[in-house]
Amino acid sequence: MSYPDLANLAPEQDLTPHEAGPASRWVLAMFAGGSGDHNPMHIDSDFAKIFGREDVFAQGMLSMAYLAQFVRQQAPQEKLRNFKARFTAITPVNANIKCEGRVLEHVTVDGEPRVRIGLRTSIDDGTVTMEGEAVIATA
Amino acid sequence: MPVDRSFLGVESEDRFIDVEKGQLKLFAMATGESDPAYSSEEAAKARGYRNIPAPPTFVFGLTLQAPAKKGNMIDMVDNVGAVLHGEQEFIYHTMIYAGDRLRLKTKTVDIYEKKGGKMEFIVQDTTVHNQDDVLCLTARTVAIYRN
Repeated sequence: MSYPDLANLAPEQDLTPHEAGPASRWVLAMFAGGSGDHNPMHIDSDFAKIFGREDVFAQGMLSMAYLAQFVRQQAPQEKLRNFKARFTAITPVNANIKCEGRVLEHVTVDGEPRVRIGLRTSIDDGTVTMEGEAVIATA
Repeated sequence: MPVDRSFLGVESEDRFIDVEKGQLKLFAMATGESDPAYSSEEAAKARGYRNIPAPPTFVFGLTLQAPAKKGNMIDMVDNVGAVLHGEQEFIYHTMIYAGDRLRLKTKTVDIYEKKGGKMEFIVQDTTVHNQDDVLCLTARTVAIYRN
């Protein structure tokens, strides 16, 4: 694995995006099993219709898992100190999910140099589905 | 009916759950994982990991698979269908690996409202320790309840 030189990236530097998906029905079903979130809203379209949805939609945590892959493309997982996201829109079934990040600032916490990265995911029509942040140790 | 405020500060019982290699492999397949260390024990060990690591968000699903009997969010509201996952945060201390046996404990740390009570927010922190009693991470979930 090769990683960007996070310690020397300037604030506002964009990181190489990560394209994931499409979030097909197969992916949603596999992710239900793999993640342990068995909510039928994501895998049973009959159930989704009863609750007023046109169709199933992707688990929010699927997009966060893709975003975690993007974060792990920046540094090995053991360097990750903090990772958070706010869900801002639903991801429809079969959507492609784009993960993007930008360097926010370099900080030192408990004597350890770290970088704060701003994160977001969006779908095909540009709708932002998640906004977040990761803090990664750079030493 | 609003969120039952008597749950503020309530802490769950300890819940124990095993991190299973097969489930990690399924998680890797479902997410199109390209790094073999997340599905192959050999590749993980070549990377210096003691087994296949749990990826950063994996623990969230474990909290669902080991639901709390005490202080569970579903007991705080009338209509569980009106609960949305608003935010998720993880604060990491030690990596989690296949074969670990985790101890989960969840505390409701805040309940507050916005928009004159139309939206209520439930904040829960789950601490995760491994079999050596080492703190692995804290997971913070913010749920939104629409009245």
